[in-house]
Amino acid sequence: MKFTLSWLKEHLETDASLDTVLDTLTRIGLEVEGVDNPAEKLGAFRIAKVLTAAPHPQADKLQVLSVDAGANFNNGGPLQVVCGAPNARAGLVGVFGMPGATVPSNGMVLRVAAIRGVESNGMMCSFRELELGEDHDGIIELAADAPVGQIYADWAGLDDPVIDVSITPNRQDCMGVRGIARDLAAAGLGTLKPLAQVYRMESLTPIAGDGPAPDVRTDDPEGCPAFYAQNVSGVTNGAAPKWMADKLKAIGQKPISVLVDITNFVSIDLGRPLHVYDRATLTGPLVARLAKDGEQVLALNGKTYTLDDSMTVIADDAAVHDIGGIMGGEHSGVSETTTDVLIECAYFTPEAIARTGQKLALTSDARQRFERGVDPAFLDDALAIATKLVIDHCGGSPSAITRAGQPPVAPRSVSYDPAYALALAGVDVPKTTQKAILESLGFPVTITGGGTEMRDGMPFDTPEGWSVGVPSWRRDIDGPADIVEEVVRIHGLDNVPSTPLPRAPGVAKPTATQAQLVERKVRRTAAARGLSEAINWSFISEKEAAAVGGGDWTLANPISEDMKVMRPSLLPGLLSATRRNADRGAASVRLFEVGRRYFADGERATTGIVMAGEKTARDWRSGKAQAFAAHDVKAEVLTLLAAAGAPVGNLQAFGEASGAYHPGQSGTLRLGPKTILAEYGVLHPATAKQFGLSGTVVAAELFLDAIPGKRKSGFMRAPYAPPALQAVKRDFAFLVPETLEADALVRAIRGADKKAIVDARLFDVFSGPGVDAGMTSLAVEVTLQPGEKSFTDEELGAISAAVVKAAEKLGGTLRG
Amino acid sequence: MTDIASLKSGLLADIAAAATLDAVEGLRVGALGKQGVVTALLKTLGGMSPDERQTQGPAIQDLREAVTAAIAERKGALEQAALDARLADERLDMTLPADIGPQGSVHPVSQVMDELAEIFADLGFSVATGPEIEDDWHNFTALNIPETHPARAMHDTFYFPDETARDGKKMLLRTHTSPVQIRTMLEQKPPIRIIAPGRVYRSDSDATHTPMFHQIEGLVIDRGITLGHLKWTLETFLKAFFERDDIVLRLRPSYFPFTEPSVEVDVGYTLVNGQRVIGGSGNDKDGGWLEVLGSGMVHRKVIEACGLDPDEWQGFAFGTGVDRLAMLKYGMNDLRAFFDGDLRWLRHYGFSALDVPTLSGGVGA
Repeated sequence: MKFTLSWLKEHLETDASLDTVLDTLTRIGLEVEGVDNPAEKLGAFRIAKVLTAAPHPQADKLQVLSVDAGANFNNGGPLQVVCGAPNARAGLVGVFGMPGATVPSNGMVLRVAAIRGVESNGMMCSFRELELGEDHDGIIELAADAPVGQIYADWAGLDDPVIDVSITPNRQDCMGVRGIARDLAAAGLGTLKPLAQVYRMESLTPIAGDGPAPDVRTDDPEGCPAFYAQNVSGVTNGAAPKWMADKLKAIGQKPISVLVDITNFVSIDLGRPLHVYDRATLTGPLVARLAKDGEQVLALNGKTYTLDDSMTVIADDAAVHDIGGIMGGEHSGVSETTTDVLIECAYFTPEAIARTGQKLALTSDARQRFERGVDPAFLDDALAIATKLVIDHCGGSPSAITRAGQPPVAPRSVSYDPAYALALAGVDVPKTTQKAILESLGFPVTITGGGTEMRDGMPFDTPEGWSVGVPSWRRDIDGPADIVEEVVRIHGLDNVPSTPLPRAPGVAKPTATQAQLVERKVRRTAAARGLSEAINWSFISEKEAAAVGGGDWTLANPISEDMKVMRPSLLPGLLSATRRNADRGAASVRLFEVGRRYFADGERATTGIVMAGEKTARDWRSGKAQAFAAHDVKAEVLTLLAAAGAPVGNLQAFGEASGAYHPGQSGTLRLGPKTILAEYGVLHPATAKQFGLSGTVVAAELFLDAIPGKRKSGFMRAPYAPPALQAVKRDFAFLVPETLEADALVRAIRGADKKAIVDARLFDVFSGPGVDAGMTSLAVEVTLQPGEKSFTDEELGAISAAVVKAAEKLGGTLRG
Repeated sequence: MTDIASLKSGLLADIAAAATLDAVEGLRVGALGKQGVVTALLKTLGGMSPDERQTQGPAIQDLREAVTAAIAERKGALEQAALDARLADERLDMTLPADIGPQGSVHPVSQVMDELAEIFADLGFSVATGPEIEDDWHNFTALNIPETHPARAMHDTFYFPDETARDGKKMLLRTHTSPVQIRTMLEQKPPIRIIAPGRVYRSDSDATHTPMFHQIEGLVIDRGITLGHLKWTLETFLKAFFERDDIVLRLRPSYFPFTEPSVEVDVGYTLVNGQRVIGGSGNDKDGGWLEVLGSGMVHRKVIEACGLDPDEWQGFAFGTGVDRLAMLKYGMNDLRAFFDGDLRWLRHYGFSALDVPTLSGGVGA
């Protein structure tokens, strides 16, 4: 919401400086977003008169002017200026930019220079060059009596700061300059002038004329409960008066014609949208009604809108002329030939306006105001002001007034206990101050009780009760907390004392949940292992989602096709990030992410890993660069699962990773056959290709939500003393069918003597010369832990036999 | 006598002249071995008369000791020389590079979330979470944002198709972490003190907005909680977060449908070498204000919607952008880079695994 300081002062009698006004606006909740004084850029531009104009000797389109720019220049003597404007001529009074001045529109610094061989001492300017309008057809022409030599901006009244404030959705009353002035007056910055005085009226009474009242009615009392209207006949629609045009221009609105400008001006000045129809375009009565499904209207923005039967429109017998409260129709708008007008001052229901505006995706100044809720008690006065402005500036004679329907003006009040200010806001505001603040904002306060009365012959203190009336323009107020907010924002939030929250005795207790602890441990372990944490978009493209099995959630209104499906896997985001890094020349990529996957039945905490490029760079010790291999990512997975508290020793390695992986170089780690804790491996070449990656890419996902929570049983560890006797190690090599998974053999060996065998570690895999085709040699180091006594030879023999037997069950034979 | 003396001087000279350990060993065997000359002399002692032994004995013993000592000394010297020679031969260029392995990093958003959790744990706030795919009741209606409320349009909401609706509630991506307030109040009995960090989504994308970002929500519900407690909590939190005592807040009346009164919070900064550094009053020379938090007293209707009695329980809520806090504290200036996964950026702005925020060590790193 933009307005100028002088505009504000039309409503507010104040001596306050600009800085005080700005500070106060922000302090009371009308946040200043910017302030700009156009005169600051125009200090070097003065009013000047063209004395003579002669053709340029070297150029047809240029003239050589002699200019009187006042006593400050050339000792009052004429200056020679080369000018290309077609309207430059002797006698013209315009605006002169002196050497050294910066032209606002293009930042050019003017200087004395020869133009086609003729010296020029500055520039006569157009409106566009001074950023005062779009006009660039010629140089500015001022009234002949404009004072030569004076700074133009001072004379033109441009020394008027434009203030831009952000109005929160609850404050429709401040969508007009007057509402802002009222708030400032309440904050002690002056007094609010009577509205009649502002509009130079004797009093705010309807300007009833003689002609027949307009034939309007509302057939949709829900969407348009009140439709007031007045005709003015015999108007002339020319340019707006200078004061009105200047105000609109100052805030960036382009004057159109006085009738249109009047509606715009009242909308900004009073937060009250109006509409003016050219009566010559209307057929029959003008009716507020619900649109018919499929009905169309060409709106003033040049676009055609198709309506439905939930939308309120203003229509005559022939067509829809207005999307009620949002935008007028092109057809019935006023033009320079308009002579008879109908002024509409209606009340539209905010919820209906919001729904229609959202459905049509159509925003307008009118919608902004109606959907927040304009003052329902301000129809007669607004119509009087509008009619007065039309008569004053366009002539014509007013008709009688039609008041169709009833605006919702039932008086509202809030019962309020002034002690609530302290209870809710923590600030003690004296009752008298509270009352004064409320009344200055237009909230009448009625106090009952609070005295002593005789009951049954005994004195009795009656409790004090406040009834706070809610002004018709404050639709947002509906409870005592709102009253506290009014009191406190005007009293000043700075006065709210900082009050420590009560603190539980002792040292603060741990607060993180199990899931958070798991995520933290995984994250920091991964970072310690050399992986960098990325945060990728939660949404991916449909194609990317398809590559990892498809997603359950597709946005109805995605911001782009690339961000459409909620990811069912963390891999697409990581793979895309990997490609971007590769494209930037990264030789080695190690990325991880901790985030959610999204499924129909919920969101699952997940960690994803992608490693690509060089595992180790070429090095003077290790030689050539090494690529990542499947078991590199397995090592990360096991480390992170262990960090997450998963029972890594009990996990079973399975195949059956998803189709995104290499079918022969991937696997899953499970707790029991169904609970998958992780899947990992080499990426399928097709998946890699889809994400623009070459070379071996390894990847994994850890399904953190599947990791069983640790049972918290205090800090005490199980009792343990290191065994007195040293462990014994024995190596076994077995020939096994090459289809046998090593993990099965190791598990079988471990299970051969659960008491004595404390570890079995596979340390060699061999096939080739000396090993039959279809077989593999697997070598396992078995660790045996004696108890009280050392193993006897018989015991060692029995354990060895058990190991061999276990291997034989899997088709293995001990190598000689 | 002379024999022994000359034998001794001869042996000692030979030992001193021995050039290798093998030569020394040969001399040892020749002198002290089973057939050695010294051994032979020692053997003669048994056949001597007591008088002879009295005179010869010490001389022979002296010979044996001198030879033994000379051999040991020579052997030691030769071994040392050999070791010195080997070590000299093993010299390495210690300026050659050593591979220290890959360097990982923790994302600034995660780091800041850990910092916030640490600070608020000290203030007695636990961490709560909620779904990112929400329904419109939790995201809007329960927060006193009815369907036609202009604030709904302001939120630039991502919606899912109508057919995904659950119990007649439209599904969407949460636009703020505030629905976690609702879920917490529905599930827990007051008093409540929580923070709720997480991803949020708005259909908005430009230099300072990304369609996904991170917020942290705070909620306190108790008896007798006022705006004064809110002010203290935010001041205390920001001082702890930026680890500066000169944090100055500016509270501005504002509007959020789910709080009443509503307060926006600006924090003062000072321009230092063109960078905005948090601290000092925004009204000072070279100062300014940055909006960092939205907050207010929880609206009675919200408390009622969660089944609590607003005459008994009241409290405050606040929300702030985690990415923004990270930028203000650590000096990043492009939000989009947070979500690009550029390893160079992650290494520069990321944190070491061991930069775990603690109160004793300071939450910042």
